[in-house]
Amino acid sequence: MIEQISNFIIPLLVLIVVGYGIYKKVNVYDVFVSGATESFDMVFTMFPCLLGMIFGINLFLKSDVLNYVFTLLKPAFDQLRIPTEIFPMMLLRPISGSSSLAILNNLYVSYGPDSFIGKLGSVIQGSTDTTFYILTLYFGSIGIKKIRYSLIAGLVADVIGIVSAILLVNAFLA
Amino acid sequence: MVNKIWGFFIVVGVIVCILTGKVDVLNNEILESTKSSLDMIIKIFPVMALWLGIMNIATESGLLNKLSNALFPILKKIFPEIPAGHESLSLIASNITANMFGLGNAATPFGLKAMKSLQELNDKKDTASRSMITFLVLNTSGVTIIPTTIISLRMMYGSKNPTEIVFACILATLISTIGGLIVDQILAKRR
Repeated sequence: MIEQISNFIIPLLVLIVVGYGIYKKVNVYDVFVSGATESFDMVFTMFPCLLGMIFGINLFLKSDVLNYVFTLLKPAFDQLRIPTEIFPMMLLRPISGSSSLAILNNLYVSYGPDSFIGKLGSVIQGSTDTTFYILTLYFGSIGIKKIRYSLIAGLVADVIGIVSAILLVNAFLA
Repeated sequence: MVNKIWGFFIVVGVIVCILTGKVDVLNNEILESTKSSLDMIIKIFPVMALWLGIMNIATESGLLNKLSNALFPILKKIFPEIPAGHESLSLIASNITANMFGLGNAATPFGLKAMKSLQELNDKKDTASRSMITFLVLNTSGVTIIPTTIISLRMMYGSKNPTEIVFACILATLISTIGGLIVDQILAKRR
């Protein structure tokens, strides 16, 4: 049901925007082209930031430093009855969207999408976004260098999201 | 802050890799990251161009203005520093709307344009303004109502009830958005 609705969203959106444009006598094609042209500038300012972030994050991930962190924190997680399997995902979700999605894929394969771990992973992935990526992209595109408290605020929002995901899945989907 | 974190990632990554005897992995990864960033930008580029074009029609026809007028009472509270009727409000509104439906690809160009528009209001061009940070928090907490990607992934792996997680996702995203906004307000006032 929901996936059918979401299949209609994009086509309907396009129809409404273009249809309304014609109704308001906008030169829809010309306006479309001039809008699409703006993407060149955006892509050129974005690329160096994206490259830098991917470079830094990948080197860090390849060193497996996070594995040592997992081992250190494992006792605390056992105490809180949070499955250790979900842990890499929790740490990676704010850093790299594609890595956390890859981990979610693995969780589905190993435990199944309807297992507790599978559900918890789904909710974590679905309820937060990749803070580092958004920060790099959005601030990079307009040349912001001093980000002030934005990283802290973004990460706190992620932590709140992950903690509430754990509590909610425990309460409603366990 | 980003400078320190980026530096930390690289220094720690390289040193640990060398100490654990993974120099090959390191060499490979240094080359690989250039490739994956190019792949990423090539994937984003046409999608962005398309949505920027579509969005331009919505701007010219006044559709975006209608949307932002509808959301204005809420946005005014969240973004007290943006003057009424400023273009950035309608862009923020469209970014949030696209995010709600899980349309990340459409949300990104709206978000980038919104940032550009917020930059016009910014006095110090190299420093993030309060409104920019609030907008960023709204995006990182991921205001999603229909998590399209997750649902399709769950279907792919044979879930009996792929949409079962939707309710929990909405609640979790709501809590993290509200929590994030509160933290943002506190931090903004402190500095």
